[in-house]
Amino acid sequence: MARKFTPKVITANALLGGDAVWLTEDDRWTRDIREAELITDEAHGDLRLLEAQARAHEIAGAYLADAVAGRNGPEPTHFREAFRTRGPSNYTHGKQAELS
Amino acid sequence: MYVYNDFDEAFVRERVAQFRGQVERRIDGSLTEDEFKPLRLMNGLYLQLHAYMLRVAVPYGTLNAAQMRQLAYIADRWDKGYGHFTTRQNIQYNWPKLQDVPDMLEALADVGMHAIQTSGNTIRNVTADHFAGAAMDEIEDPRPIAELLRQWSTDHPEFQFLPRKFKIAVTGSENDRAVTKAHDIGLRMVRNDAGEPGFEVIVGGGLGRTPMVGKVLRDFLPKADLLPYCEAIVSVYNLLGRRDNKYKARIKITVHENGMEKIRDLVDARFAEISKGFAGHDQALLEQITASFAPPAFVIKSTDGFEAARLANPAFRSWTDTNLSPHKADGYAIVSISIKKHGATPGDATSDQMRVMADLAAKYGHNELRISHAQNVILPHVHKSDLAKVYAALREADLATANIGLASDIIACPGMDYCALATARSIPIAQDIATRFDELKIEHDIGQLKIKISGCINACGHHHVGHIGILGLDRAGVENYQITLGGDGTETTTIGERAGPGFSADEIVPAIERLVTGYLDLRKDADETFLQTYRRLGMAPFKTILYPSEDKADAA
Repeated sequence: MARKFTPKVITANALLGGDAVWLTEDDRWTRDIREAELITDEAHGDLRLLEAQARAHEIAGAYLADAVAGRNGPEPTHFREAFRTRGPSNYTHGKQAELS
Repeated sequence: MYVYNDFDEAFVRERVAQFRGQVERRIDGSLTEDEFKPLRLMNGLYLQLHAYMLRVAVPYGTLNAAQMRQLAYIADRWDKGYGHFTTRQNIQYNWPKLQDVPDMLEALADVGMHAIQTSGNTIRNVTADHFAGAAMDEIEDPRPIAELLRQWSTDHPEFQFLPRKFKIAVTGSENDRAVTKAHDIGLRMVRNDAGEPGFEVIVGGGLGRTPMVGKVLRDFLPKADLLPYCEAIVSVYNLLGRRDNKYKARIKITVHENGMEKIRDLVDARFAEISKGFAGHDQALLEQITASFAPPAFVIKSTDGFEAARLANPAFRSWTDTNLSPHKADGYAIVSISIKKHGATPGDATSDQMRVMADLAAKYGHNELRISHAQNVILPHVHKSDLAKVYAALREADLATANIGLASDIIACPGMDYCALATARSIPIAQDIATRFDELKIEHDIGQLKIKISGCINACGHHHVGHIGILGLDRAGVENYQITLGGDGTETTTIGERAGPGFSADEIVPAIERLVTGYLDLRKDADETFLQTYRRLGMAPFKTILYPSEDKADAA
């Protein structure tokens, strides 16, 4: 039996800065996961991933990552993806410094 | 120290120009990421969790003051004002922007440095004993050989697409400070019966998911045969090594699967075939290189001031007890600068600290610095009469932590704070353990203890050869830390043994504390180290200490 599809967001690294970005419903790359499109349909997810991967001049390494609907938009479910929304834990560098 | 000749200079500049063009083509969309990735990796540029990462080679861990200052400049100009020294004696910048990397490489070329072959399935930066040229127990300085290997392996056309990465380490001493038995090729200088220096050649060592201790391929290889012999080994591996499965592609698996006899026969045959082709050119080159590593002009002066300062200043005395090693020249000492301040990130130095260390090397250290695989910085040649001044300057720069070889001198890979491959974080665990031992004020009482932490099975943090090894894993979406005990990375290399089930991020620091305080009760006397106690008693008592509740459950 096929595994049940869990909600996803499309994420990648920005081409120039290399920082984590997420794809929005209106085809922007956002640095805030809460603005990302939460994908609940597998076929739609596959299609969106192909579209994302075609934008090679903006990003690198696009993939689907698990997420859940939170109060203010999608939230990561795995700690690795959570770290990507914040930055490293040893310095206040990366997103935690830029978004706050 | 070796200085680039016209050939090196032209080669590195050309590489920078090529890469500049490649970056431009990536940015303007002419190259896809799939096309660009192998090109950037050939130049040491990774894409990590939050940013790109540039890994710069520090050949055999040796730097001069100008190079260290340039590393500081690069950190300020294009990164966040610091650099991370690695277990392969390299430096990594965690925040470069893609469009800036060609300028960073140009700035490196200005001081005779590069990032070539710090990634990819090539022969990587050759590492060496960080006390090379200074150690009292040394037969010869291993760096001329390391430099010869660097020149030979750089852009070697036969070895740009090996089955997997290939790491060589070399030491000139019987006491192995270069972890040679955990390398694809380890070269340990020894003397034969006639007293001539040569190399014990070790192959097939490595950590990672299948840790193996290297085995001796040749007991004694004359120095003159070294380069063709190494080429024969890599050449045999290049054909025989597996390309069907990247987890079975390292030479350790090739040796394991084919057996040492077969490897030895093939290497000997290949050596017979190619050695004549070297026609002595390598030896002429080695002679030139060796001349550039002539020892500095050591001075002879009184060390009375040193002894007086030691008596007068207990903090200085403590630092000299832990951070100095014996030097081959009278009146000199090897200074290890700890980049492991309690609670700080292991191996991270700010640009200001780099400049202080560069200035000290220029003023008191015959213009030399080393990066150790333990992620510390070494001033290899300091006269004892200058040590008090060196210490004062280090203290000013927050670099005077007296903990070399102690519990808080922890090796830690970047882990999931930076690395895209990591399965858990390493840095916060190292920070918390070091902070805890500092609070307890017992690390000097504990004595020699090597704690090494890796954030994934690839073992960049050398956890397999830590007296206490910690491996961070992802267990059902939660960070989990496995402990191994009894590892050793010296000439008596041993792979540590897994203690049992892993610990959560909250449990791991108390577990390490239990383990170490428990050792204090188990040891015969204050001179018996953690590793010696473990070897004497085995795993059982340590297991009881680590898993007390299970023990009770068994008894019930």
